[in-house]
Amino acid sequence: MMMRAFGHVLAFCAAMLTPTTLTAQEWITLSSTTSVENSGLFDHVLPIFTRDTGIEVRVVTQGTGQALETARRGDADVVLVHARELEEQFVAEGYGVARHDVMSNEFVIIGPATDPANLREARTAAEAMRSIAQARLRFVSRGDDSGTHIAEQRLWAEAGIVPVGRQYLSTGSGMGAALNIAVQLDAHVLSDRGTWLSFANRGDHDILFEGDPALFNPYGIILVNPDRHPHVRAAEGRVFIDWMLSPAGQEAIGGFRIGPSRPFIPVRREAR
Amino acid sequence: MDGPFVTALDLILRADSVLMQIIGLSLRVTLSAVAIACLIGLPLGAGLALTRFPGRGAVIVLFNALMGLPPVVAGLAVYLLLSRSGPLGALDLLFTPSAMILAQTVLILPIVVSLTRSVVEDLWTEYGDQLLSLGADRARAMPTLLWDGRVSLLTGVLAGFGRASAEVGAVLIVGGNIAGHTRTMTTAITLETTRGNLDLAIALGIVLLGLTLTLNALAWSIGQWARVQLG
Repeated sequence: MMMRAFGHVLAFCAAMLTPTTLTAQEWITLSSTTSVENSGLFDHVLPIFTRDTGIEVRVVTQGTGQALETARRGDADVVLVHARELEEQFVAEGYGVARHDVMSNEFVIIGPATDPANLREARTAAEAMRSIAQARLRFVSRGDDSGTHIAEQRLWAEAGIVPVGRQYLSTGSGMGAALNIAVQLDAHVLSDRGTWLSFANRGDHDILFEGDPALFNPYGIILVNPDRHPHVRAAEGRVFIDWMLSPAGQEAIGGFRIGPSRPFIPVRREAR
Repeated sequence: MDGPFVTALDLILRADSVLMQIIGLSLRVTLSAVAIACLIGLPLGAGLALTRFPGRGAVIVLFNALMGLPPVVAGLAVYLLLSRSGPLGALDLLFTPSAMILAQTVLILPIVVSLTRSVVEDLWTEYGDQLLSLGADRARAMPTLLWDGRVSLLTGVLAGFGRASAEVGAVLIVGGNIAGHTRTMTTAITLETTRGNLDLAIALGIVLLGLTLTLNALAWSIGQWARVQLG
């Protein structure tokens, strides 16, 4: 009797854990970055894709490093991230099928609107970073191997500065969380334009430096290699990538606006 | 912005469909986890109280210690278990509500087991001889003792519910905070905070608190009613 009761308990537990949303709809898991999610781009683009194709896209948001790691483990079908070297390495190691340029935006340097380090006068991004360090002002780093973090490290290297010390805060947080910290601490921070434009808690902060080609931020889209992970929904994943690169997808990206601004520039010239 | 309280009230009064879906999922995940944890934890805790075996002390200490398990560690363990590269990857459960239920069950189970053990042990010390003299053995005494301790046990179950409904670390890792699929109250609050929508985040927090208050009030009232009805 004890055993049978135990059997019932197990059956009940199994029933609880079985997915109840067994819809006929096809879906893929997209591993992407906080900069894209926080900007609101997916809320604009994905419903159009699902309407056109019937495929649902389930977005898991992580920093670029973690997003690629999730895909490496086979826990995503497609990745959309922004750290070209890591993406090319991911493909070269056989985890991804191919990398496609899909869109871009640019990084901007955010800081207190009073501009204590005179960043508005700077000619290059490296010079701006140097000014922050020389004025011994606080800088909030993502510190999470995200695309933005990698870009920030590249800028410090170009500026010839090793960012250490009490004014350099490595926070290990997403883009929005890092902005929250920077606003509270009167600090500078490197952000992508999209997240900043949609960010609602700006305090007295503003864009202090922008426009250097070194701040170009390209996004790549990659199908996880089904040879490596046979369960990958490759067919649906290909449909998604093809659509994102098609005129329809590119126009959807180009049509995303925050107020008057367009945070993401599609790669296709006609869609710009 | 009208401030968080007005926003919270507005969300509830409009019965915002996204919010309702998020609340529904949060309740489904947490209540399922509580139910599973009780089904396993009540007999296990009572068994632990009534039996003697070598290493029993170590098991008790282990369950007591696991009450302090950080949710993010539980989440990571379940993630590695369910990941496609993990031992249970073929089940395809990662980033689903089922994965979240599993992670929360891991979090709540130690609370239910430890509290049940403590309650039943005390009752056994008090009534054990009496029950034995009435001809009951330890196994048959178990349901009686669990029933006698129901009021104290309810507090433990509510503590488990509180831990599950309040945590964000585990469900974020194993659920992925996917909109319309695995987004719960706590992961939605995290997301809105990172978007800088602090008013909306606090409003969601108020809704979550209201929900927890309602459920606790309900449980307390049932306890009181039962006490009056059953003496």
